[in-house]
Amino acid sequence: MRYLPLTDADRRAMLATIGAPSVDALFRDVPEAAQLREPIAGLPAHQGELEVERHLAALAAKNVPAGSVPFFCGAGAYRHHVPATVDHLIQRGEFLTSYTPYQPEVSQGTLQVLFEFQTQVALLTGMDVANASMYDGSTGCAEAVAMANRVTRRTRAVLSGGLHAQYRDVTRTAGRWNGFDVVAAPADPTGSEDLTKLLDDNTSCVVVQNPGAFGHVRDLTKLAEAVHAKGALLIVVVTEAISFGLLPPPGEQGADIVVAEGQSLGNPLGFGGPYVGLFAVREKFLRQMPGRLCGETVDADGKRGFVLTLSTREQHIRREKATSNICTNSGLCALAFTIHLSLLGEAGLTQLAALNHAKAVTLAERLSSVPGVEVVTDAFFNEFAVRLKKPAAAVVDALAAKNILAGVPASRLWPHENVDDLLLVACTETTTDIDMDALIAGLKEVL
Amino acid sequence: MTTFTGNRGLAQEEALIFEQDSPGHSGVDLPALPHTKTRLGTVKKRTKIGLPGLSEPQIVRHYTRLSQKNYAIDAGLYPLGSCTMKHNPRLNEKAVRMPGFADLHPLQPIATVQGALQLIDQLAHWLKTLTGMPAVALSPAAGAHGEYCGMIAIRAALEARGDKRRKVLVPESAHGTNPATAAALGFEVESIPATEDGHVDLAALKAKLGPDVAGIMLTNPNTCGLFERDIKTIADAVHEVGGFFYCDGANFNAIVGRVRPADLGVDAMHINLHKTFSTPHGGGGPGAGPVVFSDKLAPYVPVSWVVHGKNGFDLVEHASGDAVGRLKAFHGQMGMFVRALTYMLSHGNDGLRQASSDAVLGANYILASLSDVLHPAFPGPCMHEALFDDSSLKGTGVTTLDIAKAMLDEGYHPMTMYFPLVVHGAMLIEPTESESKDSLDKFIGTMRDLVRRAKLPGAEEEFHAAPRLTPRRRLDETAAARKPVLRWRPPALDQAAE
Amino acid sequence: MADLRFTKDHEWVRLEGDVATVGITAFAQDQLGDVVFVELPAVGKKVEQGKDAAVVESVKAASEVYAPLDGEVTEVNDALTGDPALVNADPMGAAWFFKMKVANKAQLDGLLDQAAYDAYVKGLA
Repeated sequence: MRYLPLTDADRRAMLATIGAPSVDALFRDVPEAAQLREPIAGLPAHQGELEVERHLAALAAKNVPAGSVPFFCGAGAYRHHVPATVDHLIQRGEFLTSYTPYQPEVSQGTLQVLFEFQTQVALLTGMDVANASMYDGSTGCAEAVAMANRVTRRTRAVLSGGLHAQYRDVTRTAGRWNGFDVVAAPADPTGSEDLTKLLDDNTSCVVVQNPGAFGHVRDLTKLAEAVHAKGALLIVVVTEAISFGLLPPPGEQGADIVVAEGQSLGNPLGFGGPYVGLFAVREKFLRQMPGRLCGETVDADGKRGFVLTLSTREQHIRREKATSNICTNSGLCALAFTIHLSLLGEAGLTQLAALNHAKAVTLAERLSSVPGVEVVTDAFFNEFAVRLKKPAAAVVDALAAKNILAGVPASRLWPHENVDDLLLVACTETTTDIDMDALIAGLKEVL
Repeated sequence: MTTFTGNRGLAQEEALIFEQDSPGHSGVDLPALPHTKTRLGTVKKRTKIGLPGLSEPQIVRHYTRLSQKNYAIDAGLYPLGSCTMKHNPRLNEKAVRMPGFADLHPLQPIATVQGALQLIDQLAHWLKTLTGMPAVALSPAAGAHGEYCGMIAIRAALEARGDKRRKVLVPESAHGTNPATAAALGFEVESIPATEDGHVDLAALKAKLGPDVAGIMLTNPNTCGLFERDIKTIADAVHEVGGFFYCDGANFNAIVGRVRPADLGVDAMHINLHKTFSTPHGGGGPGAGPVVFSDKLAPYVPVSWVVHGKNGFDLVEHASGDAVGRLKAFHGQMGMFVRALTYMLSHGNDGLRQASSDAVLGANYILASLSDVLHPAFPGPCMHEALFDDSSLKGTGVTTLDIAKAMLDEGYHPMTMYFPLVVHGAMLIEPTESESKDSLDKFIGTMRDLVRRAKLPGAEEEFHAAPRLTPRRRLDETAAARKPVLRWRPPALDQAAE
Repeated sequence: MADLRFTKDHEWVRLEGDVATVGITAFAQDQLGDVVFVELPAVGKKVEQGKDAAVVESVKAASEVYAPLDGEVTEVNDALTGDPALVNADPMGAAWFFKMKVANKAQLDGLLDQAAYDAYVKGLA
């Protein structure tokens, strides 16, 4: 048992020091009927590294990795090239195997990273302050709504039909069990909804995604004015963080809270998690913010250092009056985000975003000449919706059988909203002309 | 001794990335932009972000230097009670990076992710078998999220029977997440006291039980490091009044393979994969908090879950009818599932049992070896963590915090301090099964010496000045909180931003 | 100067006419340590004896300040928002939290006087 340092002789010596006849004796408080005397049946015994690796590799081999085929899936999770440096650095044991930095004197590495992360997120979103991360974008979205309820002392959230359906569902679940109303506009593939009609005097916030789940990019300034006129907050959700390199920051468009999924920077697709939620607010709402915050200070010698701060908002101090129950966050994913973004820098992120957009524009133009395909989204970043003359889910399955992952059928996210003929197609810098050729040839065959 | 650079040998001072900007530079070479028009409609392109530009070697050096300012399990014993800082095997890391797991989109066609679904199914089997519980919800992202999931299930089960009760009993010694979770879900939290010997006060609990009690949230083994010996009685009493028993499984590492929570009357329990099943803590996350459910709560698992379909494995992604809904986008913390299953397969049923036995043995060894110099909060035996109070330090002027800071100079991460709240100056020491006897003996020797030194004349000043040898000395947390500086700003803009 | 009265939750109150000034005691600020933040009620807020009225925070703790009497908040001490350290420096004077119009002066009789409060605090030590 390679992970266990104690030898039988050690165990005997330790029991002698304790004065206990056996390890079983240490479990004397466990009710007799609940004590197991043998290893639990129905599970295998320990195995060597070789055997375990073989087992995992066999499972992995039953999947089709995105990088092995032409690949166009997005819808809240994006395949980007992550520089080798990122994965090397996050595997340093000092980052990987440390805990939450509650002892700042021996956690300055993690703390300074968090301070850099918070600064990067504030810069990207155009907001005053950001926290040290949430679990992911979807849970961050529900937390943002709960926060808006606290700030406004109102209890009704309006969700755009361009919000990722699973973000909507997570928020709805929170509303149902935490006790606030969620009014979700119908799915909005055309990007033409008018949310102002849904506002009332009890509306705490409007949640709008930009770029939207169907790809639309829009100017939010007018919406922000209307929302603020009603005394509500504008929450802007971004699921593709690379878009911050090309689109105006939500903070410039009137957002009060910005929630984003940070996976695109530094983190693999990983079948949906773990990801990293970005959460940024205007300064005046700071004390209502969920999650950890890292702040700058000085040590006993007057040297600059960093600490976790404003902890009285949090569960370990405030208990039932905390702003959120969150404790563990997405530290290591935030580190990957920060290193990737530091590598890119201003020039790199701008170029990367432009490249993503250019790939998508190229594909949209090429697809619009394919019979039976209509590009629905006019203005977009790196993802858009197309209308197919056949149900998109069947088309995607047929193309998967040809080893092409053509995108995400809208019906997978909105099964009951008449979007069965829509396909969400995403491009990134990893998309090649050959991938596009394969998709177009495949669609021509299948449609 | 001072140096020109401020560095001290291998301890390097390192500025913020923003202070090392070479404008226009990048650590990534990207292909040239193809000539295409833009399709941004009326939206104008962004002109400035404010990010610094650095080359790859600068970035590697920056984050390597930062890493060296961290304590970590890889470097030493990390006895943080309730956090289970055990060895993180690198095989787990290798497995999760296999392209068949890492490079998989959560919304790929089901036929292309059969291995991923099979892995989730296997993990579910392990979790259900180890706990004896019939159902598991895999989507929660961390322990607190698991509590949220479990308490929603209790709400849903009550609602299904038309029951409006809302009172939840939480021991005083509970983790803060318990009352925070219950309150967020509209439960009224009532606290129950502990007895002199660190257990739930059964009489006080029974006095509070009635038809208004929705349930109890109880950590077992509890936060005092003790197994609640009346747990079955407590479970039965709560069930008798129609309530549910939520168990906080943060301390499951003490009993894996030796006790099944199902046999204790538990209705729901989250399992921190980042504690018990060795997925790395990563400086604060990510974690994963699957929740096992009893039959009564099994119908209230949130989406997504894996089923055995006619063409292999399938995924249920949409809640129907009055199901509880969705707690998180996609299907849970897959990266943590891969690591946890890798760990479980490595240990096997025999190794997991040995691991919890060793964890408990190590904690009791510390308890026994220190009890003549540090006062145990409660008589032993303990489970996987040993709890001391600060009565042995009385009159020295040295506090629990001072001991912790002096430990830093000795090269140790401190134990959990001042928690649980029910013990004065609490020191909660969890060595885990990852320590050799030699490592435990050195730690014990260090603690004994610190207590000895705390009783010497002049100790107060000595200890207050600790730590002296760490990358930073004690930090001014009051200043940080009074005037929060939560981000870097360019020097010229400093005042404009005020 | 009018008489000071105290609660067992360590608020002090001084009644002048219909208006009571409320703060936290020297003992309370000492227990809290360095105060880093004070959250004051809105002017016009109706408060009830024994219920939450304000919050005072140190780095590691947050404590409710309870209304010692029923009434309505008429004025708050904005100086505390900018300089929470004032609570440590002058808890019984410049660091008053809020003033309130008292609804029921008879409630004052239920509070502790200086001697009773001093004895109560002595019992806590």
